Amino acid sequence: MKTREELQALRERAKAALAVRDQQGGARVVIAMGTCGIAAGAREVMSSLLEELAQRGLSEVSVSQTGCKGLCDREPLVEVCTPGLPAVTYGAVNPQIMRRIVADHIVNGQVVAEYAIATGSEAE
Amino acid sequence: MRELSLHLLDLARNSLEAGAASIDILVREDPARDELVITVADDGRGMDEEAVRRATDAFFTSRRTRKMGLGLALWRGTCERSGGGLEITSAPGAGTTVTGRLQLTHWDRPPLGDMGGVLQALACEAPAVHLRYRHEVGARHFDFDTRELQQELQEVPVCDPTVLHWLRGWVREELAEIGSQA
Repeated sequence: MKTREELQALRERAKAALAVRDQQGGARVVIAMGTCGIAAGAREVMSSLLEELAQRGLSEVSVSQTGCKGLCDREPLVEVCTPGLPAVTYGAVNPQIMRRIVADHIVNGQVVAEYAIATGSEAE
Repeated sequence: MRELSLHLLDLARNSLEAGAASIDILVREDPARDELVITVADDGRGMDEEAVRRATDAFFTSRRTRKMGLGLALWRGTCERSGGGLEITSAPGAGTTVTGRLQLTHWDRPPLGDMGGVLQALACEAPAVHLRYRHEVGARHFDFDTRELQQELQEVPVCDPTVLHWLRGWVREELAEIGSQA
């Protein structure tokens, strides 16, 4: 495993980010990670999302995954749910679009309409 | 799938679906035997003989939402096109082990790709699952273990975005360090 000092530094960085809890609490992002999603680039979308959250210190955004939703030709699919807005499903998301969704939708509360393919969660 | 690691992510997600508490991933690059072995072993609910026999059939699936299951069918195709094959051992209650063997230097073998991204996605989705990854290149190796990592991180969860972002780059560096060419 990694040297103890490096992990210690990482822990301190993560703790610092956790301490700065801000108003974006409660946002939820679900990435479709079935075989179709993975083949279409969902893993790269996930990496870009985590990188963006790490750099912005948005530790409290919940990130999860789901399987195939039966819309394989619109993959990668990403559902974003923020307090006060209906859930929005984005289609054909790539890392650039994902970063924009973080900045516009999660941070600023503005739905990125050009990539939104549905509103309202399956669960609702 | 453009990378072998994407198949690996897909397989490990099958393990999560099967209720695994631990997943062991082994990637062995053996230049002397011109072989690349990729194993995913879990302690999930396992499959009976009939399910194992049909697991790589694209028109067989245990789920009820639709009639297809492509993951293992695609993985078998990739292994066979790369001069190798696929082996599945499983039994109800005894977990599942999926072993793919590929010719390391085969023209049609896709690159291994971003293993850090795979571990990142798995640790994000299932931080409580004991995920181990061992990568061997000849006599050198790299070991990854979410439980050990969690011990070092103490109160910071392994699924924290700062940790996961770091993890991806770290795995890339470590694999370069042991001379991975896959």
